[in-house]
Amino acid sequence: MNSFFPTTIGATVLALLASMGASTAQADQKLLPAQSEITFVSKQMGVPVEGRFKKFDAQITFDPAKPQTSKIAFTIDISSVTLGSPEPDAELPKAPWFNTAKFPQATFQSNSVKGLGGGKFEVLGKLTIKGNALDAVIPVTLVQTGPNTTASGVLTIKRLAYKIGENEWADTAMVADDVQVKFKLALSGVGKF
Amino acid sequence: MNIDKPPAMNPVSASRRYHGFAIAMHWILAIALVGIFILGHYMADLPFSPLRLKLYNWHKWAGITILILSAVRLAWRATHRPPPLPQAVTVAMPGWQTQAYRSTHIVMYSLFFIAPLIGWAYSSAAGFPIVLFGVMPLPDFVSVSKPLADLIKPWHELSANTLAALVVVHAAAALKHQFIDKDGLLDRMRPGRS
Repeated sequence: MNSFFPTTIGATVLALLASMGASTAQADQKLLPAQSEITFVSKQMGVPVEGRFKKFDAQITFDPAKPQTSKIAFTIDISSVTLGSPEPDAELPKAPWFNTAKFPQATFQSNSVKGLGGGKFEVLGKLTIKGNALDAVIPVTLVQTGPNTTASGVLTIKRLAYKIGENEWADTAMVADDVQVKFKLALSGVGKF
Repeated sequence: MNIDKPPAMNPVSASRRYHGFAIAMHWILAIALVGIFILGHYMADLPFSPLRLKLYNWHKWAGITILILSAVRLAWRATHRPPPLPQAVTVAMPGWQTQAYRSTHIVMYSLFFIAPLIGWAYSSAAGFPIVLFGVMPLPDFVSVSKPLADLIKPWHELSANTLAALVVVHAAAALKHQFIDKDGLLDRMRPGRS
């Protein structure tokens, strides 16, 4: 017992120090929501309709020099979705679309990051929307803008694979299966690459 | 009385009729306008559904088609003189009726363009650009703006309702000529051969 306590305390202190050190390094890398945006374009009977998510956050540990060590976790508050008009906005949280009561968040968790050169990267991971976790490859382009870094990219997802728009809304002649998701994320503390 | 001359009240002769193309345009657009008006009022009250989305797009496609046909019709009208009113009719008509007949036609023609153009502008401002028949994207001549869309919306309805009211006046006047005056004026616009 006597020898146990100091050891435990010592280990705890070490662990704390280690985590503090790690969190200090990570805390430098932050998403700047005011300068970031996530939009998407779906096609309704051929008509492109743009929407966006107003609330999202990310935890990023990204070293442009060693992209393979990077970790990116992304969370979107699904109830912040808007198409800019009240009628569809009242419908999107409902069960056939996003079912936000049951699935309030969409997440992305990276598994690996590949550097393609020229500020281009490929982030592989799991994209979870409406409880459906699917592999996704997200192309990201980094551009340094002053002290910050802008990460942008476009990926096309299949809405039906995530069960977004069920039952009467599953008809792709009405709403196309392909949804283009565009993101532009301002990050601080990523550093030069 | 000279029996060689056609009696004054005889149906209008072939040369006094509108051209076949003008008659065809009149009736095609008459049916289209009644249809799109009913569709417009019906769809506006529907709940959010695939049906509503479908009908809105059909309404927009029909509106653009009507706009194009109206342009063709106006071009035809501008280059082809319509038959003059039969003398018996002009003599019988009081001055206010002549004025009403002229202004009704001018305002109806204006609304053939104004109503669809306002609808188009509303669609653009609301952020739903028109893609004709689902394949041909049309340009937006106003920018996407929610306040602008709210401002425009009642004017589309008002212009359509005004046009509908004038169509009723126009049809009522035609029926009055047919059944009360019995002057055969309708023959000028009757479909089919003279």
